[in-house]
Amino acid sequence: MSDIRNELKYVASHEWIRDEGDGTVTIGITDHAQELLGDVVFVELPEVGSDVATGDDAGVVESVKAASDVYVPVSGEIVEVNNQLEDSPELVNSDPYGDGWFFRIKLSDASELDDLLDAEAYGELCEDES
Amino acid sequence: MASKTALYDQHLAMGAKVVDFGGWDMPLNYGSQIEEHNKVRTSAGMFDVSHMTIVDVTGADAAEYLRYLLANDVARLEVKGKALYSGMLNEDGKVIDDLIVYRMTDPGVSGEWFRVVVNCATREKDLRWMAEQAARFDVALTEQPELSMVAIQGPEAIVKVKSVLNESRGRLIDSLSVFQGQESEGWFIAKTGYTGEDGLEIIVPEDEVADFWRALAEAGVAPCGLGARDTLRLEAGMNLYGADMDESVSPLVSAMGWTIAWEPESRKFCGRAALEAEKAAGVTQKLVGLVMDTRGVLRGQQKVIVEGVGEGEITSGTFSPTLNVSIALARVPAGTGDQAVVDLRGKQVPVAVVRPPFVRNGKKVFS
Repeated sequence: MSDIRNELKYVASHEWIRDEGDGTVTIGITDHAQELLGDVVFVELPEVGSDVATGDDAGVVESVKAASDVYVPVSGEIVEVNNQLEDSPELVNSDPYGDGWFFRIKLSDASELDDLLDAEAYGELCEDES
Repeated sequence: MASKTALYDQHLAMGAKVVDFGGWDMPLNYGSQIEEHNKVRTSAGMFDVSHMTIVDVTGADAAEYLRYLLANDVARLEVKGKALYSGMLNEDGKVIDDLIVYRMTDPGVSGEWFRVVVNCATREKDLRWMAEQAARFDVALTEQPELSMVAIQGPEAIVKVKSVLNESRGRLIDSLSVFQGQESEGWFIAKTGYTGEDGLEIIVPEDEVADFWRALAEAGVAPCGLGARDTLRLEAGMNLYGADMDESVSPLVSAMGWTIAWEPESRKFCGRAALEAEKAAGVTQKLVGLVMDTRGVLRGQQKVIVEGVGEGEITSGTFSPTLNVSIALARVPAGTGDQAVVDLRGKQVPVAVVRPPFVRNGKKVFS
């Protein structure tokens, strides 16, 4: 069974969103997503400073098995990316909710957070898919 | 309901992620595919390959039948136990399957017989084809579904296998040459594999295989899934049926030319006439290796562009854990040189065209 954290929000494309409480959110891919992908070998991240809107492509995660797009779950500006993933993409597998985070967004519309899935709804979605 | 091998419970106990493969529930990995891959390159790993189909060929015409059925020639097997790799072709010279055939008796003795191991996903069509071709010969085909098969591969594989077997089996292993197998007290032990490393493939009665598997694990042999099996075979430059070749292509465009025994000319194996015509007209494509130094992973079905020559397609692509770059097999125009471009998700990325294998015995082998 995948690890789904109660304190996080989710979207159906398997990104997690953590509200940092300062107008920014941190984003990564879920434990369920990394399990489906298998060993991650490359992560392509967006550029710091770029403006992104919900649903935009924000990079690619490539595993031994497949390439998968990463989507922007909430609109805003990319303020930080996890450069550690360049040399250590395996962090996405070993610590998807910690050191394997992808990027941070400064929210342009905090009300978008209300549209995200909570842990329970995301858990049901994962079960329906399997 | 998918089929399960006799090792299914062992896989679950060892934490396998199980997937459907050709109608079989098989382990994809036991955690990390890359760790399993590296274990085979540096120490020893084991694979449950019991899903593969074992067919014994007996009868007075066993050798003559196989000399018609296969593009390679079992007459080249001069010693008991020796094996060869071959394509099984249709009349059009296209690949029905690839397989390994072992000579189980000395040549020409009465009761001469062979053992053939074919792929699992192609089992039904293979058996049907083999039975159809057998009609003209005095042969019997006997599938052996009650036999399990374990591949143990890696630089320490043979030492570790010997540590869990009795002395007589150990001596038998020492006596084997590469690509040779021998029977031993109901087992069949062969020095073959699909990884580019030293190792063994061992056929065991299914009621004995779980104990053997557990003993190997205790001796430090890492259980490995189909994921690692695929990256290892691709690094070793070995074809995968259904990806790198199938019934739409001939062995001449599948880097399998070396498996066609043209001599003696009198041997009219199935597909020979079509292959001769293809050669006479000029073979238009070839299967090559690609290496990409930039970030990203080459994948099957991506388009390969060869400037001034034409286009081709990747047949298998992956990330190479040993080389830390992406590698692929691709079918390209025969005139392709040492450079090409791959359409990687809309980006044109240059790649080097090389002659596989990419890795042998843990080391890079192309230049």
